[in-house]
Amino acid sequence: MFVRLVYESFRRQKRRKLLAGAAITLGVTVATAMIAVATDIGDKINRELRTIGANLVVTPQEDSLDVEIGGVNLKPPTDGAFLNESDLPAIKGTFWHNNITSFAPMLPVTVAMEYGGTREDVTLLGTYFAKLLVYGKEEFTAGVRSTYPLWRVEGAWPDDNGSGVLIGDRLATRIHWKPLQPIALSGRMYHVSGILYTGGPEDDQIVAPLSLAQEILGRPGAVKRVYVSALTKPEDAFARRDPKSLSGAIYDRWYCSPYPQSIAFQLAEAIPHSHAEQIRQIAQNEGAVLTRIEGLIFLITLAALFSSALAVSAAMATAIFERRAEVGLMKALGAGKVAVASIFFAEATLLALIGGMAGFVVGSLLAHQIGHSIFNSEISIPPVLLPVILAIAVIVTFAGSAAAIRRAVGLDPVFALRGEL
Amino acid sequence: MLVRAAVLRRGRAVSALFAMIVAAAVATAMLNLYVDVQAKLRREFRNYGANIIVVGRDESGKDGASLPADALAHVDSVLAGRGIAAPFGLVVARTGDGQPIVVAGTDFARVRQLDKWWSVSAWPKAAARQFGDMTRYENQNHYPVASLRAGSVAQNTTWMWQESSPALIGVRALAAVAPKNQGFDLSFQGRTLHVIPAGTVQTGAAEDSRIFVSLPDFVAWTGVQPSTIEVAASGSPEEVAGIMNQLAQAIPASDVRPVRQIMEGEARVLGKTRSTLLAAAALIILTAALCVLSTLMGWVFDRRRDFAIMKALGASGRVLNGFFAAEAAVLGASGALIGFVLGIGIAAWIGRVNFHAPVVPRWSVLPMVLAGSMAVTLLSAILPISLLRRVQPAVILRGE
Repeated sequence: MFVRLVYESFRRQKRRKLLAGAAITLGVTVATAMIAVATDIGDKINRELRTIGANLVVTPQEDSLDVEIGGVNLKPPTDGAFLNESDLPAIKGTFWHNNITSFAPMLPVTVAMEYGGTREDVTLLGTYFAKLLVYGKEEFTAGVRSTYPLWRVEGAWPDDNGSGVLIGDRLATRIHWKPLQPIALSGRMYHVSGILYTGGPEDDQIVAPLSLAQEILGRPGAVKRVYVSALTKPEDAFARRDPKSLSGAIYDRWYCSPYPQSIAFQLAEAIPHSHAEQIRQIAQNEGAVLTRIEGLIFLITLAALFSSALAVSAAMATAIFERRAEVGLMKALGAGKVAVASIFFAEATLLALIGGMAGFVVGSLLAHQIGHSIFNSEISIPPVLLPVILAIAVIVTFAGSAAAIRRAVGLDPVFALRGEL
Repeated sequence: MLVRAAVLRRGRAVSALFAMIVAAAVATAMLNLYVDVQAKLRREFRNYGANIIVVGRDESGKDGASLPADALAHVDSVLAGRGIAAPFGLVVARTGDGQPIVVAGTDFARVRQLDKWWSVSAWPKAAARQFGDMTRYENQNHYPVASLRAGSVAQNTTWMWQESSPALIGVRALAAVAPKNQGFDLSFQGRTLHVIPAGTVQTGAAEDSRIFVSLPDFVAWTGVQPSTIEVAASGSPEEVAGIMNQLAQAIPASDVRPVRQIMEGEARVLGKTRSTLLAAAALIILTAALCVLSTLMGWVFDRRRDFAIMKALGASGRVLNGFFAAEAAVLGASGALIGFVLGIGIAAWIGRVNFHAPVVPRWSVLPMVLAGSMAVTLLSAILPISLLRRVQPAVILRGE
């Protein structure tokens, strides 16, 4: 009897059920999309912030002091210690290798440049552009093109294994360099494949493949610094603790959190004789910006959940209020309060589940669409969200119906049937 | 009649008004945030430090020349409170054992505001310089302790060159120059400066290998004026470009450069955040509007008896339309006004909680919210009415 009542109610009142169902679907759609966006926004914005540049740097442990002004090294280039290029792929073997989006080794060398009758000492920066590396069975590319996506080249990027170089924009203007003309560096002619715009000291330098810089320096396999771009978690008091003072489970927790400090610690472990630390300008501010944006989206998601809950409650209240006469009839025929209420609650649950499922599907599509149109990447929706969303839908539908059902059940059937209330 | 209509069916009218208020409040808060969030986030990005660099330039176009002495004053007058600037002078000096090291002269008070990410153990006190173990004040006529011997001090030139300067030492430089945190000598072109480490600085970049002394000490010691001014200008990209133009005109012997990575990174993050916010705002406002629509339509539909009675008593279609429309308009307007005030409050609260600065109320949002609310309420009144108009009053009154 109970099942039949509920079933018939759905069959005969298609319009009303459709309206209430549509409201639930809409509410759940908005909730799903916003929760999906909110849980993923940190990662998305983190990736956007990575375009500003590397946030970690690895240097040789026993390095002598840098004597560098405006990107020009004033020290004999063979001075100091070096890292070994062949150790670099091990960066991808660290615990947080999935968070390391890219890295670029650097080797600055001072060279004598001759061009159009002028002769001066300039810095030649050896690096990877987009070099294919292999660690174990994994292949990946590393280099400045992914570490510094804002570097722009007019012309073509040189080949990592070739001998083409890039000339910095200010240097090119200063020496009146004309496109496609080769330049002489330390007595040898090099093909210049393009002009590089970075907005940093590289604008006054020549940027070349790493192997070329090593050849000029006469130190095969040498690397001065490695800039690493990693997705990190904003630093907190726990992050700043010294790993040496931690023990056991606390150390493990520190080690397995993607703080800039712990990733730097792991980098120094992975590369022999190295020292790694965060570039505070990038790493510190990143955390602050990230926290703000995440906080904002979180608060807005709350607003979205609140307004969709209201929409669902309003729709349910209206739907039940319209059925006063039915309640009156049921009560007149001898149904108790509990029986009437349970019919309504059963209907509400059914509606919530159907609407919730539909809303979850539409909301996932919507989140997907938002991810593509704004961030050009997928917004992943954790499957655990489905039961959570359904539970929220049922609770909200119940809460929205409760007041209306209580009033409907409390009505005197005589008045209700006469339609006077 | 309008008032009585509302009073008699109080419950329904209140719930309709409540829905209206919530919708208007949410819409106001979202629009306010959308307008204001850019300014708020720009402020966060200014913590990244300079977005403009002014570099001294010689005739051949090479960097590193000294800027004119009044360059910083020009920068300050161009900025006029819209940012902060810090001068840097750089030389390569030698330590006691002949090791080269980069020494920078700067204004500590300004750097402290500009480069907030510097991790500094203790900032040197800019106002007081050290003189041996005695504090000497900027105003050279006031030697609080040494005043009795002022004459002898002035004549003792070696004392003058031996004057010591409190300095900020980069963490990597510290190990090389002052492992025990003691004072040490730096020489530049035959002149010596005695440096007392006041604190250490760690940034993870070039600063770690440098020694920072205060600009007056630096200029007195090396005779070199600052060659770089780092500027963090606040405002939209257009305003920053305007400031760059003005700077280039004010200091002709310089190269004014944008720090591209900061400016473009900022633009990208701001753009994406705003788009996300817009999508969220559209969704939330849509939900709120639909909530109002369904509540109001229910309310009006519920009153089909009133409608039928009025019609039966001879009210024309126009009067009826006007009556329900006026009712909806009053509801929409009052809901929008109360909602607007609430929404401003919500936006301000979000601003305080998340950005530690209130979101400024935008009055330009009010007409939008008002017009939107009226449109939604009118729509939800007109729709059921146009349905009911086709039905005979008798049918409605019979309850069918």
